[in-house]
Amino acid sequence: MEIDLLINPELVRKILTKFIASEITRVGYSRAVVNLSGGIDSAVSFALAAEALGPQNVLAIRLPYKTSSADSLSHAQMLIDQFGCPSVTIPITDMVDALIVREPGMAEIRKGNIMARARMVVAYDQSEAFKGLVVGTGNKTEILLGYTTLYGDSACAFNPIGDLYKSQVRQLARSLNIPEPIIAKPPSADLWSGQTDEGELGFTYAEVDKLLFLLVDQRYRPEECVEAGFDEKFVRQVFERIRKNQFKRVLPPIAKLSSRTVGYDFLYLRDWGT
Amino acid sequence: MKLKLALAQINSKLGNIPANLEKHLALAKQAFQDGADLLVFPELSLTGYVLQDLVPTISCRPRSDDPVFKELINASRDIDLVVGFVDEDTRHRFYIASAYISQGEVVHVHHKVYLPTYGLFDEGRFFAPGDLVRAFNTRFGRFGMLICEDFWHASPPYILWQDGADMLLFSSASPGRGLNGEPKLDSSAWVEHINRAYASLFTIFIAHANRTGFEDGLNFWGGSTVFDPNGKLVAQAPYFEEALTITEIDLNQLHRTRARLPLLRDERPELVQHELERILHK
Repeated sequence: MEIDLLINPELVRKILTKFIASEITRVGYSRAVVNLSGGIDSAVSFALAAEALGPQNVLAIRLPYKTSSADSLSHAQMLIDQFGCPSVTIPITDMVDALIVREPGMAEIRKGNIMARARMVVAYDQSEAFKGLVVGTGNKTEILLGYTTLYGDSACAFNPIGDLYKSQVRQLARSLNIPEPIIAKPPSADLWSGQTDEGELGFTYAEVDKLLFLLVDQRYRPEECVEAGFDEKFVRQVFERIRKNQFKRVLPPIAKLSSRTVGYDFLYLRDWGT
Repeated sequence: MKLKLALAQINSKLGNIPANLEKHLALAKQAFQDGADLLVFPELSLTGYVLQDLVPTISCRPRSDDPVFKELINASRDIDLVVGFVDEDTRHRFYIASAYISQGEVVHVHHKVYLPTYGLFDEGRFFAPGDLVRAFNTRFGRFGMLICEDFWHASPPYILWQDGADMLLFSSASPGRGLNGEPKLDSSAWVEHINRAYASLFTIFIAHANRTGFEDGLNFWGGSTVFDPNGKLVAQAPYFEEALTITEIDLNQLHRTRARLPLLRDERPELVQHELERILHK
């Protein structure tokens, strides 16, 4: 069983920059906005958008909360300086705390979701102000695992990196000259202090990317992955995560009543007519 | 005999026939001015590819009383054209089709016989399959046309070869897929591989026009090619870019290759027929 997560970064870069340019210009736009978290995924989406549209046409948005790590802001600034894009910094503390203070002792997960959705609100508002579409920053690993806030960080006009596993995003980041501190640091949603993706998920991206590649891309059955040496509990846990999070990957189902219903037999691509 | 062959590797607007027709006519004019004899467009070049519920709204009839074909037939007085479109038959079945148009006449229409309905493809839901694979005569010799999945199967090219075609015109709207460390996607590598193989195995010309651009997240990779009867690549359009690629083909290469390698002479279609009958009727 071969696990080949290697990509050709130049080829991927060519396809993805053309994809971004196509999706933006075909609807009459020329600009994009990207929420820059300081992490590798948004850095890669941002760099691709800057290459596709020209840096002056990409607005970098920094959205710190009071507990956000200082590195998040400074790493985002490194990118803004490197690419020479326009940028805005809009602290979300006031808008987020307006909800949080109403319920003392609110669970971290709820606070994290509120932050992710506050960032979405700002991104879409800036989208209108800058006349640019929101570029998605979710990778294939997190989409499959459902490690994302619905209508929060997953919200976007289109997503250039959603078919790349985290370890493939890393390869692409190197070819885009993303600063090494951004590539090297442990991935984190930075929703609370000390949070890391791998700590929260309970496994590493290196491990889970290999398993997802076998289960999803290569269509191996879970028991074949166990036979190949993956821990049975880990395989079951990942498989269940994929299944349980399908709701985050599809539009909400509409109850069918008529003879023609959106989502079932009213079928058009988004790019209809363009 | 020389044939100046042009491949129109274009991006089409999804469901926007007027815009696509305009592009066809502009490229026909340009190719004619550049001295080309024949211009080949990709699959569904007049309509775009992932049509879904647009299918019944964008169909054409390949006749001079059809407003779209009228223009193309008119343009064919200068240059032979292969165009991709949705053909609606008299009983309102819809086909993915290619038309060969020459000197004011529609010479041949091919209906795609293999409709991929698996993975990312859903053609069988929206289209009827064709059931004929026929070669036809052109002013440059006997040709055949196939559309994308038709030539992922080995039998249609074989049938056209046996029906006398010395040049196969392939058109496709091939979505790029299959990522690894290589500089080409798996889908591009595979198509180039089989096209070279058909040219070599049948000692014929294989011209392939593939489209470019995007429809939602699907990329169309371009990279249109012409292989000669030795299996040699004689022209290739760039990957992922629109291009008008014109190359002069020496049809006498058929003579030289087959003098060296008489695979056509020695082929035994009766044996194939005999064995297929045994296999199908056992």
